[in-house]
Amino acid sequence: MDTTPAPLNYLNNGHTLGSWLLTKDHKRIALLYLLSITVFFFLGGFFALMIRLELLTPAADLVEPDTYNKLFTMHGIIMVFFFLIPSIPAVLGNFLIPIMIGAKDLAFPRINLLSWYIYVLGGLFTIVAAVTGGVDTGWTFYAPYSTSASNSNVILAGLGVFITGFSSILTGLNFIVTVHRMRAPGLTWFRLPLFVWAHYATSLIMILGTPVVAITVLLVAVERGLHLGIFDPALGGDPILFQHLFWFYSHPAVYIMILPAMGVVSELVQAFARKNIFGYAFIAFSSLAIAVIGFLVWGHHLFVSGQSTYAGLVFSIISMFVAIPSAVKVFNWTATLYKGSVSWDSPMLYAFGFIGLFTIGGLTGLFLATLGMDIHMHDTYFIIAHFHYVMVGGAIFGYLGGLHYWWPKITGRMYPEGWAKFACLNIFVGFNLTFFPQFIVGYLGMPRRYAMYAPEFQVYNVLSTAGATILGIGYLIPMIYFVWSLKHAPLAGPNPWGARGLEWEIPSPPPTENFAATPIVTAGTHQYAPSHEVGIV
Amino acid sequence: MFTNFPFFPQQASEQAATIDALYFFLLAVTAFFAALIAILVAVFATKFHRKHDDEVGEVIHGSLALELLWTIIPLGITMVMFVWGAQVFFHMTRAPKGAMEIYVVGKQWMWKAQHTDGAREINELHVPVGRPVKLIMGSEDVIHSFFIPDFRVKADVVPGRYNHLWFTASKPGKYHIFCTQYCGTKHSGMIGWVTAMVPADYQTWLSGGSSGGTMAEAGAKLFTDLACITCHVENGQGRGPVLRGSYGKQVLLEGGQTTTFDDAYIRESILNPHAKVVAGFQPIMPTFQGLVTEEQLLQLIAYVKSLGATPAK
Repeated sequence: MDTTPAPLNYLNNGHTLGSWLLTKDHKRIALLYLLSITVFFFLGGFFALMIRLELLTPAADLVEPDTYNKLFTMHGIIMVFFFLIPSIPAVLGNFLIPIMIGAKDLAFPRINLLSWYIYVLGGLFTIVAAVTGGVDTGWTFYAPYSTSASNSNVILAGLGVFITGFSSILTGLNFIVTVHRMRAPGLTWFRLPLFVWAHYATSLIMILGTPVVAITVLLVAVERGLHLGIFDPALGGDPILFQHLFWFYSHPAVYIMILPAMGVVSELVQAFARKNIFGYAFIAFSSLAIAVIGFLVWGHHLFVSGQSTYAGLVFSIISMFVAIPSAVKVFNWTATLYKGSVSWDSPMLYAFGFIGLFTIGGLTGLFLATLGMDIHMHDTYFIIAHFHYVMVGGAIFGYLGGLHYWWPKITGRMYPEGWAKFACLNIFVGFNLTFFPQFIVGYLGMPRRYAMYAPEFQVYNVLSTAGATILGIGYLIPMIYFVWSLKHAPLAGPNPWGARGLEWEIPSPPPTENFAATPIVTAGTHQYAPSHEVGIV
Repeated sequence: MFTNFPFFPQQASEQAATIDALYFFLLAVTAFFAALIAILVAVFATKFHRKHDDEVGEVIHGSLALELLWTIIPLGITMVMFVWGAQVFFHMTRAPKGAMEIYVVGKQWMWKAQHTDGAREINELHVPVGRPVKLIMGSEDVIHSFFIPDFRVKADVVPGRYNHLWFTASKPGKYHIFCTQYCGTKHSGMIGWVTAMVPADYQTWLSGGSSGGTMAEAGAKLFTDLACITCHVENGQGRGPVLRGSYGKQVLLEGGQTTTFDDAYIRESILNPHAKVVAGFQPIMPTFQGLVTEEQLLQLIAYVKSLGATPAK
């Protein structure tokens, strides 16, 4: 029996519960996040499954309409605030940003731990709101329904969102300071991995946008609890004001969810094409462009609200502009494959899936930015399909691709590649079968948030539900083999992919302090061809 | 089981074809780009598939020409989408003069319609084909949204204000009305039917459905019952401004600003009279908030509107 102790790394450096719950190590905090967002992902997924089962038939026969309304509300709140927003930044970003820039940790390790506790506290509020009667406003909390009409746990759920917002603000703050102050010698801004650029842009949105949604849900609680007229016209308020405030954050929040996934894909295409990115500066700056322009498009959620025609025009044209940096990224990723050495390992399959599905999600966004077209599509299943192509086809494909790519680094173990490919295919097929029919049924006019629907829409709903079943199985498979891999899979070694980047130059799993000595950087990442002079386009 | 497998909703209004044309344009452009990306990725991934374990890709840093190309072309195409969409939108938001007006009130969870001649209906809306119809819509409680997919029209129905939509039905038949803004328990039951009828049938329907007077007559009665008439007298000597002949005109307010004398202004003046006081008058009118229902408000508006832009003799 081999008795040589395993080298000390962040996983075996302390085994007590306290060593995890009081850790200041960004890698351990990343794992705490991984566990908690996985719980919320399957909870949100369970609600989605219930929604799809109810919609198998046109009548409200599986659950009462009130229950249905709570199901889609909880699905939305949990998936948006407790899974998608923290997913890549708090897990992969937390784990990788310090390593990618050659640092020992984030700038504020204690604040990093605090942000996880805040997240958990916000999550508890939401879970309590769910189990003590639920909330039925939709994740958008539209007033005056949320403030004056709903009989559900609006304040409790709103506080959950309010509290967890601070976790996002603190994470963003930590990332920005870390990237500014803690880069290794020689690691200039234009040598930064694109994953870091994407997180920098995301962090800007987190710290600038989140306070606005926090205040907005607080105002809902104030109007609901104290009957102070803010949004309800019966109390002298303005319901359209709510929509402006809510979407001022919640549209940029879409970019909080997708930008980190774009950062992951930029890393994946380089690692698995063994080639530096095509148009580095264009990809880096397009992240910033998306973050900035993304703040100026919220009004496209108000095209049918009675907002002035001219405001509609301005928000329409700016929404068109925000499509351009996204298109630039897609073209650059595609061009990166040209004359690469492209492998089809499972992380790369997720990247291919991302490029295709995000392209569909992005292009269908143009329909909704087009004023005359949006009127018909607004609040129909066309929207549902569109944003699930971006959120699931984009953000979740990016997250899963990243998780597979960095799993060997995080755990020190590989995973069964055959199963991984099978699961990826499963998710791709299930996803498209679920959401593609929703474009068609949306154009036919099926409204969102309907427990009952007209019989002519049934065929598309049956397809959707069949797809959701396949998709659900697809999500379970990686759960199983990832857990299995922790004990049984072969050791990965420091760099199983032959990839470039500081994270692949240290052992897997990394030691607690990441680097034995501060690395000195002389080139950008992903330089595969030997002895090549580094330059920027 | 599934004999009905439609891909597009019916085209039952004159606007529907214009919007479908825009839809097909968007479909064609986006399908082209989605296919282009999918094919390029598939071709590159196959052609440059890794041959042996040590293989690396070529060093290519980028191309300014390509970056410009794939910035400028998409920008140009999206600008075409923007302009086309804006044109369609302008047409959709500007009801033609002389459109037939119908008042709609949304409440949890039903649609109530009042025709100017007095006919009322719930979760039904009868309209003539071939004639522009403008809906003036308000809500009694939360936000709803009035959607007729076969006409391609939709507008939110927001408490505290009036939103409009208009259409010209082109084909007799029955078409769905859906509420598309989530409004609580029976949101998905807040549905109904539009019946588009040839004008002769519509006239028959109107004469059969009307109970009592027109909306304006009902409004005139309210105008007396609520004692509006004691101040808003026709000879100009009252404590309130003369309403006859004011509708649609600009009104000079205390403080020098002006406002248009329209539905929203009448509504505001009844519920919150001190917000915009006409120049030369004292802010002495009491609020009628809570004393008039949304439907009564609409009747009062119909009455004031019937006084028209013809000044008193």
